[in-house]
Amino acid sequence: MEQLPCIYRPNNIRSFYWTKCSLLVLRFPALIKSNNGQCVSLKMEVKGWAGVLLCSTSGPMAHSVRRDAPELPDFSLLKRLARDQLIYLLEQLPGRKDLFIEADLMSPLDRIANVTTLKQHDVDKLYKVEYKPIVSTSDQLCFLIRPRIKTVKWICDVVNADKAFGRFRKYKIIFSPQKFYACENLLEEQGIFGDVTTDEWSFYLLPLDDDIISLELPEFFRDNFLEGDQRWVRTAGSALHLLHSVYGPFSKLYGIGRCSKMAYESWREQVEEGEQRARQAEIGNVFLIDRDVDLVTPLCSQVVYEGLVDDIFRIKCGCVEFGPDVTSSDKSIKVMLNSQDKVFNEIRNEHFSQVFGFLSQKARNLQTAYDKRSGMDIKQMKTFVSEELKGLKQEHRLLSLHIGASESMMKRKTKQDFQELLKTEHSLLEGFEIRECISYIEEHINRQVSMVESMRLLCLLSLTENGLLPKDYRSLKAQFLQSYGIDHLLTFSNLKQLGLLVEQQPGETLTVMESRVGKLVNDKTAGKLTDAFSSLAKKSNFRALGRRLNLVPKSDEEYDLRVPRDMAYIFSGAYIPLSCKLIEQVLERDGWTGLEEVTRMLNGHEFAVTAGSNGSDARVKTDSQRIILVMFLGGCTFSEISALRFLGREKGLKFIVVTTAITNSARLLESMLDNHA
Amino acid sequence: MIRGKPDEDEYWNSSKFKAFTFDDEDDDFTRLKESKRAVNSIRSLVEEEDEEDDVEKVSWSGEPVGSISWSVKETASSIRSTGEVRDQSFPKINTAPSLPKNSSGYSLSSLFKGKAKTGSFQSFSESFGETSIRNYAPELRKPKSEYKDYVSDWTPEETVKRMQQGKVYSLEKFRSLQDKLLLLDEAVNAHDGNVITAVLIYLKKSLSKENLFRELITREIALRHYIHFLKEIEEQKLLVELFKSLDRTEDMALMQYRDHLNIRDENKRRDFLKSCLSLPFSPDDATHVQDHYTLLERQIIIEANDKQVESSGQADIFKKYPRKASILNMPIITTLYYSCFYHYGESDGTYSSPANIRKTFRISDKQFLLTCLGARAKLKAWFDVDALFTTKNWLGYTKKRSPIGFHRIVDILQKNNAPVQVLQEYVNLVEDAEQKISLAQKYKCHDVIINTYRDLKDRQQLIVYRGKVERGSSEYRKIEEILSNSQIRWKN
Repeated sequence: MEQLPCIYRPNNIRSFYWTKCSLLVLRFPALIKSNNGQCVSLKMEVKGWAGVLLCSTSGPMAHSVRRDAPELPDFSLLKRLARDQLIYLLEQLPGRKDLFIEADLMSPLDRIANVTTLKQHDVDKLYKVEYKPIVSTSDQLCFLIRPRIKTVKWICDVVNADKAFGRFRKYKIIFSPQKFYACENLLEEQGIFGDVTTDEWSFYLLPLDDDIISLELPEFFRDNFLEGDQRWVRTAGSALHLLHSVYGPFSKLYGIGRCSKMAYESWREQVEEGEQRARQAEIGNVFLIDRDVDLVTPLCSQVVYEGLVDDIFRIKCGCVEFGPDVTSSDKSIKVMLNSQDKVFNEIRNEHFSQVFGFLSQKARNLQTAYDKRSGMDIKQMKTFVSEELKGLKQEHRLLSLHIGASESMMKRKTKQDFQELLKTEHSLLEGFEIRECISYIEEHINRQVSMVESMRLLCLLSLTENGLLPKDYRSLKAQFLQSYGIDHLLTFSNLKQLGLLVEQQPGETLTVMESRVGKLVNDKTAGKLTDAFSSLAKKSNFRALGRRLNLVPKSDEEYDLRVPRDMAYIFSGAYIPLSCKLIEQVLERDGWTGLEEVTRMLNGHEFAVTAGSNGSDARVKTDSQRIILVMFLGGCTFSEISALRFLGREKGLKFIVVTTAITNSARLLESMLDNHA
Repeated sequence: MIRGKPDEDEYWNSSKFKAFTFDDEDDDFTRLKESKRAVNSIRSLVEEEDEEDDVEKVSWSGEPVGSISWSVKETASSIRSTGEVRDQSFPKINTAPSLPKNSSGYSLSSLFKGKAKTGSFQSFSESFGETSIRNYAPELRKPKSEYKDYVSDWTPEETVKRMQQGKVYSLEKFRSLQDKLLLLDEAVNAHDGNVITAVLIYLKKSLSKENLFRELITREIALRHYIHFLKEIEEQKLLVELFKSLDRTEDMALMQYRDHLNIRDENKRRDFLKSCLSLPFSPDDATHVQDHYTLLERQIIIEANDKQVESSGQADIFKKYPRKASILNMPIITTLYYSCFYHYGESDGTYSSPANIRKTFRISDKQFLLTCLGARAKLKAWFDVDALFTTKNWLGYTKKRSPIGFHRIVDILQKNNAPVQVLQEYVNLVEDAEQKISLAQKYKCHDVIINTYRDLKDRQQLIVYRGKVERGSSEYRKIEEILSNSQIRWKN
């Protein structure tokens, strides 16, 4: 240990863990790959950490699910509904046809149907929409697309090209999850309305896992929060309506954010338009939250296993592609990451530093299980092979895969000085040594390290400091443009529009809200006075929110990641995600009472409603009351899902996350880019 | 609202039913003509038939209705178990900022009932709505004149509602400016972007742009939808006019500047950027756009020149390190790196010289040093690297200085595979002793470690370190030598 350089805050438990693990992982793969005595010597090396790492089984990993935690509803029904409707729609164009599928609908489609299903319903050839002239010879073309102008324009070109060629075909567009008038208008303008029939495939919800459902609409974030286009509001309402009809009726809804409120209204109207029949509710409570209520959380580096895998390898529709560096072979493999993967299921929510201990324990157990063979007679061996071997092999495969992934992630992170990056992030969250953070970011930009990373840090700086000082803004922007291209002027304009990266207005006066917060802090203790003043000078809502909700634990306290005490563990104990903290607080208080200051700082738009009627539901304490559906409008991260799972375990609740898409810092920021034609 | 409809029908938003009810709808029409008053009863009759006939019917295309539709229907109905109907309504919430804190005290039924509309009219339009256009083959659709009389009376609210539900609607009757605006406001109140845009498309066609723009100024939500729509359909010119009339000149300038991305040819792109210089950018952005133009102008010159030099094989540097890509459209810093790589030492006067680029684009000392260091280290030109840090004072002594910490310099050099001898020199310049040792250990600069421990008079550490180096190696001997040196006064 004494050899390990621990330059930055050596006392900090967070960095301590990180470094320690890098050592372990390098030694570790041999443990699983060897079948013989070599293991012993490796065990010796690991032993030094064993005291710390191996007891992780008594930590969160072994956190047995409370007996009273309710069962989750079965969401596979949603897949069946979607599949059956698609088949029905395909049958609306009888006979053989070629099917063109929008690129980002392909993975969702894969999750609910396969090629055989399509072939069985007269789909001849399958194509991906590539915005190029087509080569199909079929007399019938079917297009399965998102309602986007660009795609519809391309279809118009295809149809008009056929017309010019004197070719007659039947065309059908299936919009998913719904069509837009703007698309139909385009068909009309292009003179092909009528030549093309249109339909809607109401594929609103794709279950990605037992407790994650995605709308698979990554454009929701940009359309809604940047462009101010409410085209997806009704979609969100309809998705909620679908869940309500199948798993409801809901008895309570809470929410915060403008879009949440509108989605609630849309849902309510759809409920009113339809008809309610009494049934046993499986989901009782709903929480709606806009992504722009908390933009800090998705911009932080993820350090729980699943989040880290998403940050590095990008999980797409519940599936990840591991390259040769992970598989230690020459080919890549695609792996489904969900609760079906027993190894993954146990490490997905863990802080990365805890994962190694777990994997090493697993490897050891596996070794012991294999070793049992040695003393066996033929009969025992037979039983072993028929009963245990398959399971062991499967586990072996998964284990090597996740060890490979961990190792590869470790290498990459070490290379990019992850330690220092995390230190900067934590300082920003704490509001500590901001000048040092700025020069770190500056150097990051100067060295032309990843553009998105630089932008992420700039946005975090702006969000936590409530904007940059004009001279910092000007200088950092100029350097950014020099390093990454002047056309990012357009990106800066977008970031400003959304409030992700702004300049403090010179001479900005204190808003009412901030002075109130100031008073509040002052009232507490006289000693906090200076603290309050400095916060007022910075005019930072994040800081005030952080204090009000205790989002940032004191940095001088050690945080034991083995036994997380709160949701902060997902960020190494440095920060409790605001989004999840709000959910916790509102559920605890059964509403927003007592959170007035907080909601004011978040621009309001909070609500809490209970089903009217005879209110019979509210009184019945069924399991459904402890199942909470959280809908993120604009995307949520795997880290937030992990935090909610933690909260669920603590409180005996089960959370179901519905999100417009799984997001992370890179996806969120890439949606802001405008520097391409 | 009509409550007679089966749930599953509502859920699939009527898309599945229609195909089979075509014949019935035809009947429906005939009946409608016979007696308008009988609409209600007929409707319920028709609906029942729908239910019964569904299985045996053929779809409009003539195909027998197969098992799929059944399964769709079955699945849809299986998800609801039947039971008594209860009031499950939720309160409408005000979308204006102020909100009820706690809603448990809300009485909802009143709100719910308050929304009911006049029965006969509703059911009429409802039955009509069943003929939603989407499932008809267009040629089979009824001529509009046949039902014109009935549709034209919908209020803005009803029209918006029908649009949201994907039913037949008509916007033609909204002819006065007031009606148009009422319709627009109603769409905005419904929070459905799809409908807002649909109404805006209608207004775009039926209002002069001056009138439309003027009305949009006070309607922020509608305005943002309009801007987004124009962006999507790429109506650049109109968008520019809109921004102009809104006095959003910076947005307009950026919007026009964005167009350069669509120009492939570098000379045309440069000329376009030149034309952007007069756009009303903010002062800061104007400087950046000016830089952009200057940069591309120079890149074109450098590219032409270097391409020629490279192909003629005159310069060694291009032979040794062939260019991987053209320098066109690269960022300023990349251009500087390129210049430090291929054009180091050129006089200030040439466009391609590092000094000229540095001056033209006001590059900071720190930035210049970092880039230059990277390029020279890549070429293993350690002499150049050395010169970057060497300063002479007035007495002629040389000293190494850097605007960034030497631990950073070490890091960059190491990433460029600098040999230990070079690294060592810079590790030695790190001021903080602890940091120096940890860096030295990381990069195996034994001399630095040994000397530092010696200077710290730390005998214990030196002994520990002796255990780590190879026995008999030169490092080992050096440590032995120092340890046996009786002149040193060890602190431990």
